[in-house]
Amino acid sequence: MLEDHLISAAHLSRDDIEAVLDRAESVDSAGRAGHGSHDGHVLALCFFEPSTRTKMSFESAMKRLGGETIDMGSVESSSVKKGESLADTVRVIEGYADAMVLRHPSEGSAKLASEFVDVPLVNAGDGAGQHPSQTLLDLYTIRENAGLDGITVGIMGDLKYGRTVHSLAHALTNFDVRQHFISPESLRLPRNVRYDLHEAGAQVREHTGLEEVLPELDVLYVTRIQRERFPEEREYRAVAGEYRIDNGTLSDAHPDLTVMHPLPRVDEIAPEVDETARARYFEQAHNGVPVRMALLDILLGGDR
Amino acid sequence: MSDTNEELRVSKIRDGTVIDHVTGGQALNVLAILGIDGEGDETVSIGMNVPSDKLGRKDVVKVEGRELSQSEVDVLSLIAPEATINIIRDFDVVDKNRVERTTSVTGILVCPNHNCITNADEPVRTEFEVFDNGVRCSYCGTIVREGDVAERIDARGVGETAL
Repeated sequence: MLEDHLISAAHLSRDDIEAVLDRAESVDSAGRAGHGSHDGHVLALCFFEPSTRTKMSFESAMKRLGGETIDMGSVESSSVKKGESLADTVRVIEGYADAMVLRHPSEGSAKLASEFVDVPLVNAGDGAGQHPSQTLLDLYTIRENAGLDGITVGIMGDLKYGRTVHSLAHALTNFDVRQHFISPESLRLPRNVRYDLHEAGAQVREHTGLEEVLPELDVLYVTRIQRERFPEEREYRAVAGEYRIDNGTLSDAHPDLTVMHPLPRVDEIAPEVDETARARYFEQAHNGVPVRMALLDILLGGDR
Repeated sequence: MSDTNEELRVSKIRDGTVIDHVTGGQALNVLAILGIDGEGDETVSIGMNVPSDKLGRKDVVKVEGRELSQSEVDVLSLIAPEATINIIRDFDVVDKNRVERTTSVTGILVCPNHNCITNADEPVRTEFEVFDNGVRCSYCGTIVREGDVAERIDARGVGETAL
């Protein structure tokens, strides 16, 4: 799969994942700067939705590989505003670049786009679908801190619309990982992801509260519950409040618990947690660079 | 009463297709699959809930001057797995086939996820993988249970004409 596009974490094998993580590790150990093997390669950044971390880390990764990036700019300033289809947009941009990164608000957009281009395309988020490059850096962070086999991972927050959650859940089925999903009933994992986990034979449990499962966890992956998922402000506040963590909440946790978050956070992790050894979310965000360097290097055909 | 006698209840057609052994009550969905809504000029005869030795009750659809595409047959296999398709030329049955369950269907069905890219204005036909209990959108992954498939038939033929 990694020879053409990266559309869904459900398509990633254990070998694919380990190939990226191993290469990221060697990038990291050699220092992230100055891997100039992709001089002359151009990466197109096609973001139909706002992005800070994903976009900038892809940009940083490509530049550290010696390549260049070109940016479609905001939707408001592009031909999309004139009603151009996604299929047309990517077919045009394909001619300007050696690889593309796409973020788009519709589920399935990356798959559709990949059908119209021959250059490698990375799905950087398709609506509430998938975000597989985020998953690779999540897995890298988990491997560094807890290992990827024989562990218990808790994933908490908006599991219904959270694309990082869907991708991570799929990818973890490649490893010996028990997965606990913690969310309000209205934001539980979508049926198709539950179906895939079941088909993969994954060890999965769903919960509405963190406390019953917290002591078992090696990793707690927290995601943001968004205001717009609830019809009433009061309902949102009541629900969101139950899925926030601070040092008090974590008092029953394993001392070596790794706390992760795809960021941005609002208030679901109290700032006091940042000061503890458990907090790994900034390290996780930084891992986006070596992991995306490794990914781009593989998709662009390794050293030229 | 035998199936053969029941054939007499609706008039014979000269050229076209007879879809027989359709699951009782599914005839209107068969018309939807064919994109027939009465606006066109096809001559159509329908028998609904006709007693059948094989199915208990069955529907029969006869369409003059029309043969089915593979996509139409694929979707038909989901809602009427026992159906037989008879091609009629000059009042004779020249070909008779049972529908076969397929591994995927393209076009005709619409994804229920409004945010799926196949519901945007893009040059793409819908595609669903078929599994034991239903179908699944190949683009966004949304699952449609078998009993709900008929509701996803695009009677306006948008799934077909999006290209």
